[in-house]
Amino acid sequence: MAGAISSFGVQKTAARNSATSESLWVRLVLISVALVFLTLFLFLPLFIVFNEAFAKGAGVYWASITEPAAAHAIKLTLIAAAIAVPCNLVFGLAAAWAIAKFEFRGKQFVITLIDLPFAVSPVIAGLIYMLLFGRQGFFGDWLGENDYQIMFAIPGIVLATVFVTFPFVARELIPLMQEQGKEQEEAAITLGASGWKMFWRVTLPSVKWALLYGMILCNARAMGEFGAVSVVSGKIREQTNTLPLHIEILYNEYQFAAAFAVSSLLALLALITLVLKSVLEWKAAREHELAVRAANAQ
Amino acid sequence: MSETSFAALTTASLFSKSKNSWVKKSVLPGFGLSLGLAALYASLIVFIPLAGLVIKALELSWSELWSVVSSARALASYKLTFGAAFVAASLNLFFGFIVAWVLVRYQFFGKRVVDALVDLPFALPTAVAGIALTALYTTNGWVGQWFWLADIKIAYTWIGVTVALTFIGLPFVVRTVQPVLADLEAEIEEAAASLGASRWQTFERILLPALLPSMLTGFALAFARAIGEYGSVVFISGNMPYKTEITPLLIMTKLEEFDYAGAAALGTVMLIFSFVLLLFINQLQHWSHKRAGG
Repeated sequence: MAGAISSFGVQKTAARNSATSESLWVRLVLISVALVFLTLFLFLPLFIVFNEAFAKGAGVYWASITEPAAAHAIKLTLIAAAIAVPCNLVFGLAAAWAIAKFEFRGKQFVITLIDLPFAVSPVIAGLIYMLLFGRQGFFGDWLGENDYQIMFAIPGIVLATVFVTFPFVARELIPLMQEQGKEQEEAAITLGASGWKMFWRVTLPSVKWALLYGMILCNARAMGEFGAVSVVSGKIREQTNTLPLHIEILYNEYQFAAAFAVSSLLALLALITLVLKSVLEWKAAREHELAVRAANAQ
Repeated sequence: MSETSFAALTTASLFSKSKNSWVKKSVLPGFGLSLGLAALYASLIVFIPLAGLVIKALELSWSELWSVVSSARALASYKLTFGAAFVAASLNLFFGFIVAWVLVRYQFFGKRVVDALVDLPFALPTAVAGIALTALYTTNGWVGQWFWLADIKIAYTWIGVTVALTFIGLPFVVRTVQPVLADLEAEIEEAAASLGASRWQTFERILLPALLPSMLTGFALAFARAIGEYGSVVFISGNMPYKTEITPLLIMTKLEEFDYAGAAALGTVMLIFSFVLLLFINQLQHWSHKRAGG
C-alpha cells in the first residue's frame, strides 16, 4: 500500500515536462539547500542526543535512566500525562460536538479562544496558577489554612500540563467534524437512535483516527512540557521533578552524559510519536479513498 | 422512507417551538450539555486563571505598571525576544519554503523520512532541543567550532537564541505551504509556459501570489510560537540580563524574587500581544482559505 502511494507521487512528477519543471542543476541546488538546512537544524540535534547519551558507555547510560531520581521523574511524567490527556479528550469531544454540529452566534470567536493556550508563553501558563494557588496568591491563605498544597506539588504540575495541552484534541476534531456535516447523525436520530447510541455508532467511528492523532500529540507535549511545569514544580528531586526538569538539573550539574541519556528517552518518545502520526495519516487517507471509491461505485 | 421524513418533520417542528435566538434549531441532541461542559472546563482551566493574571497586574498603579514594563531591562528583553523571533521566522519562511517546494515537487532518496522528520520540533521536548542545540553550537561543538574559526560565537549570544527559535518554528511554514503547493493545478503553469513565460516569470507572477497567504500564515505562526518560547532558549542563551535575557526568562526571574505583581505586569504585556497576534493569524487563515477555495 505504501508503495502504491509513492508510485502515485512519481507519476505525478513524471507528468511535468520541461516547461513546468526546473532544469536539473536548479533541482539539485534546491534539494541540497533544503537538506543542508534540515541537517543543521533537525538531523544533527537529533543525532547528537543519542551520540552524547552513549558518550560514556552503555553502563553510564543505563545507570542514568534507572537511578531513583530518574525513575521517580519518569513516574511523575507518566502521571501528569495520564491525567492531562483524558481531561483534554473529553473537553475536545464536547467542544467539537457543540461547534461542528450546531450553528450559534460567536462561534468563530470561540474557536479562536480555544487556541489561546498555544499562543501564550508556557511561562505565563505556570505563572497564572502561581498567582491563584501560590502562597501569596488569591487562594493562598485559604489553601494554607486547610493544608492543601497545589504549587510545588503534583496538582500544580498536572494543572500546568493540562493548560499547555488544552487545545490539541479539539483542534484536530473541529475541522474534521465540520467537514463531515451532520446528515449521518440526523439520520440516526430521526431513525430513533438515542443520543449516546448515535455518538458511539456514528460520530466516534468517523473521527477515530483524528481523535487518536490529537491524543498522541497531546501526550507528546504533556510528557515534554518544560516552561510551564518549571514555574510550578519547585524542582524537588524525587518529589516534584518531571523528566524535562530532571534533564535541566543534570545539565546544570555538568552531568552531560546523564542529561543526554534521559533526553534520549524523550527523543525516542518523539520519534515514536512521529511514526504513529504517519501511520494514522496513512490509515485516514486509505479510509477516505475507500469511501470515495464506494461512493463512486454506487 | 415516507415514515422517516415524517419523523424528521415532526421532530423539526417540535424543536422549532423552543425559542433560542442565538442558536439555530437542530434535531441533534446534546448542544447544551456539550457547550456547557466545554465552557465550564475552559473557564476553570484557561479563562479565569488568565483573568487573574490581568487582575494581579492591575494591583499596581499605572505609574508602577509603566515603570515595570518600560524598564531598561524589560526593553532589552523585548528587543531580543521580538528581534530574534523575527529573524528566526524569516529564516523559516525562506528555507521552509524551499523545503516544502522540494518535498512536493522533486523525488530524492529518503524523501518520506525527511518529510516525517519535519514535525520533530512539535514532538521533541524543548529542554531536549535546548541542550542538543547548545552542544552543537558552542565554540567546540560540531557546528559551532567552524563558526568560531571565523570569530563568530553562536551559543550564549543572540545568534544562539535565534538558532533555538528557528528550530522550534521550523515545521510551521513547511506545513502551511505544502498542501497549498500540492493542490495547485499544473494547467495554470502550462498555460503560462505556452504563452511564453519563462520558468522564473511563472514562479514570480503565478505561483508566488497563490502561495503568499499560506507563507504569511506560516511566518506568523512561527513568530508567535517563538515569542513565548522558553525551554530551548534558556540553555543556549546564557541568560545575561540586558544581553541574552528573553522576556519569559525575565518573568521567571521576577517570580523567583517573589515580585509577583511585576511578573504579572510583564505577563500581561505578552498575553495581550499574543492575543492580538492570534486574531491576526485567524484572519490570515481565513484569507488563505478563501484564496484556495476561490
